[in-house]
Amino acid sequence: MARIPSAAPADRFPASGRRSRFPYLFTAVFAASVLYSLRAAQVDPRRFFEGDALANVARFVRGALPPELSREFLGLMLRPALETVQISVMGTAIAVLLGIPLGLLATSSLMWRGVLHERWSRAGRFLLGFVPYALARAVLSVFRSIPEYVWAFMFVRAVGLGPFPGVLAIGVAYGGMLGKVYSEILENVNPRPLETLHAAGASRLGVVLYGLVPQALPTVVAYTLYRWECAIRASAILGFVGAGGLGQQIELSMRMFQFNEVLTLLAVLFVLVAAVDFASARIRARLA
Amino acid sequence: MARLPTARPSRAWALWVGAGFAALLLWSWRGTGVDLAGLFGPEGLRQIAIYVGKLFPPDLSAATLRAAGAGAAETFAISLIGSLLAVAIALPMSLLATRTLLYRGILFEGRPLAPAAKTLRVGLYACGKALLNVLRTIPEIVWALIFVFMVGLGPFPGVLALGVHTGGVLGKLFGEVLEDVDPAPLEALQATGASRFRILLYGVLPQALPQFVSYALYRWEVNIRAAAMLGFVGAGGLGQRIYVAISLFHEQELMTLILAIYAIVTLVDALSAYLRSRLV
Amino acid sequence: MYELSGIRKVFADGSVALDGISLTVGGGEHVAFIGPSGAGKTTLVRLLNLTLRPTAGTLVFEGQDVSALSDAALRRARTRIGTIYQQQNLVGRLRVVHNVLAGNLGRWSALEAAASLVRPRSAGQAASALEQVGIPEKLYARTDELSGGQQQRVAIARVLVQDPDVILADEPVSSVDPSLAVTIVSLLRELSHERRKTLLVNLHSVELALHYFPRVVGIRDGRVRFDLAPEKVSGERLAELYAGHRDEEQALERFQDGKNPFGGACRPLPGFGA
Repeated sequence: MARIPSAAPADRFPASGRRSRFPYLFTAVFAASVLYSLRAAQVDPRRFFEGDALANVARFVRGALPPELSREFLGLMLRPALETVQISVMGTAIAVLLGIPLGLLATSSLMWRGVLHERWSRAGRFLLGFVPYALARAVLSVFRSIPEYVWAFMFVRAVGLGPFPGVLAIGVAYGGMLGKVYSEILENVNPRPLETLHAAGASRLGVVLYGLVPQALPTVVAYTLYRWECAIRASAILGFVGAGGLGQQIELSMRMFQFNEVLTLLAVLFVLVAAVDFASARIRARLA
Repeated sequence: MARLPTARPSRAWALWVGAGFAALLLWSWRGTGVDLAGLFGPEGLRQIAIYVGKLFPPDLSAATLRAAGAGAAETFAISLIGSLLAVAIALPMSLLATRTLLYRGILFEGRPLAPAAKTLRVGLYACGKALLNVLRTIPEIVWALIFVFMVGLGPFPGVLALGVHTGGVLGKLFGEVLEDVDPAPLEALQATGASRFRILLYGVLPQALPQFVSYALYRWEVNIRAAAMLGFVGAGGLGQRIYVAISLFHEQELMTLILAIYAIVTLVDALSAYLRSRLV
Repeated sequence: MYELSGIRKVFADGSVALDGISLTVGGGEHVAFIGPSGAGKTTLVRLLNLTLRPTAGTLVFEGQDVSALSDAALRRARTRIGTIYQQQNLVGRLRVVHNVLAGNLGRWSALEAAASLVRPRSAGQAASALEQVGIPEKLYARTDELSGGQQQRVAIARVLVQDPDVILADEPVSSVDPSLAVTIVSLLRELSHERRKTLLVNLHSVELALHYFPRVVGIRDGRVRFDLAPEKVSGERLAELYAGHRDEEQALERFQDGKNPFGGACRPLPGFGA
């Protein structure tokens, strides 16, 4: 009978591949969390059929169509729409300004690990390398773990209403996110060109400029553009807490039950996001 | 004789884009009235210092801690169920958003679709994508308002809002993953006479699932932050308590709640990273 | 088994892969296809296993015109043809047992197929197929952890499970070392002979083709150049087939000088070939 001789010793019918207990543990914990959460979140699909629910749905749909397209309304909405764009641009700009230095400080391969620091003393590495690194990481963590609207609230208290606190809120929260992602990109860069440059006698700045930046730049730009797109949505939302832009208008219209206005505003938001999406896709394609 | 490469034409283009961005930036600066000098000037810093002083020390009384804990648990629950609902919505919708499963690619070479069937499927694809776009462009908070209007206050509309919005986001991402799957194993499975469903099961899903899990976990991180916010419009969780604390000028209680948010966001981020390393 | 008349295949970008192929293959025959790279051999395999449709010409499989088959009939026809690809085309993230049992997908119901992913339905069947190809211990390993040669054997095991009437192989031994290549080709020949299967193999190596197959078809530029028994394939014909393809011409020269990479292992099976 045709047969290819086996190379390995007779380990004929091996036991089923399940060795770890992780899958069972995970399923149990997961199921328990879901059951608990269903109660804690008061999930109750029956509510759709109680009382006024269906009537409200009908009211909403009837009220939303046709969307409010009078020239007067559109003219009034121009300013907030532009403001939303402006907030997103400034917010992202500040986020980049914060994210770059913090991100650089939070990159272990730049601060204290790896080939660039081999000739430093242990104490030197700790004080000048690790401590700033740890601080930068902590700051970034605080910045990005506190949601934008909380920042917005606090900044509204500090600098008053209007678009300015929205800009600061996005700047800080997104600065934290950008910084963390920048540091991850920098850490995952291929280290061999860096070692080569270092061995050829390049200074730290030279290694960064000629080795790190060219490798990291495309991904950095791509992620920053993606964040800008998120920022448009965020700026729209921050309006709900008084930080200007479309969000404020949406909240007003919702509160006054003018659903047709809400629909128009959502359409405007949709167009804005699509435009930014399109622009960033073109830029990313060109870079690749 | 080797020809020398011509100069990169993208130089001029990059200049245009750069100039465009600079203009955009300047216009935005003026429009938003960003006054960094004022912020960091003496008066600005004083105001900030006063405000920060009001936040500390955080209110650690038993009542506040209990409220913060309950709010955190509720927010966690909203984010978990909301994300699961999103996956449940995204999975079937992503199949509609994948051209290579509907009408294009290697699965349709051997027996191409009749023109009527193909038009129907292209239409299906267009509708699927359009629906996903609507779901994901409407911000979670607007969805929350809509659902509060429909089913009343509490955490449930928050769950629905997150589920519907994230369902749109994940549906689009899942569709992209499905389209980028390696077609060679699919061709081989088709050659054994397997039907499209079996090819999906044995060829497409094993390739796509790890990426699905990764995206879903990443969106959970986004959702925990969003869940905390939806309370502003009455959709439960910490957001609601924060709104109350701010309105009543209870700054120290606000600080406690902020700490609670920080704790739970960090927890979910850690869980997500851990699960991603184990499952993907 | 197969009747091809005037088969042409033109791809969407305008490239002509096959330019008028007419061929008849009877049941139980063993045929080797040789020719330079880009000659259209792979396209021919994808046509024969009913993945692609011809742009012109007729393809008759088992007495039925393939273009007239319904969806269900097409799938049934495909279950009777097993294909081994050059790049294995296995699903890396699945365990070997699932990739091997995928040969059953033409027979299993949708429910059985799904259930088998959770718990393999006939692990014994997979195990004995793997034993025949020499890697029984890899039953539950993840497929992308195996070497290229091992993955190729998994692909063969899948075809064993599928148990088709026709076995097609597209350069199955090109990325495998010479001793294993001979063993794999012998295995394919013996299995097909034992069970009266038709075997059609694309081969990069002229030596293997001429030593192991009773019928050799030379393809170049999408056309059949010759269709002969190996002893009738002269040096001139081979030179003409590979003209202009430098690497293959050099390999040919080495072959004709007697420098055979397969050494003495290239001996034909009793009853087949010279």
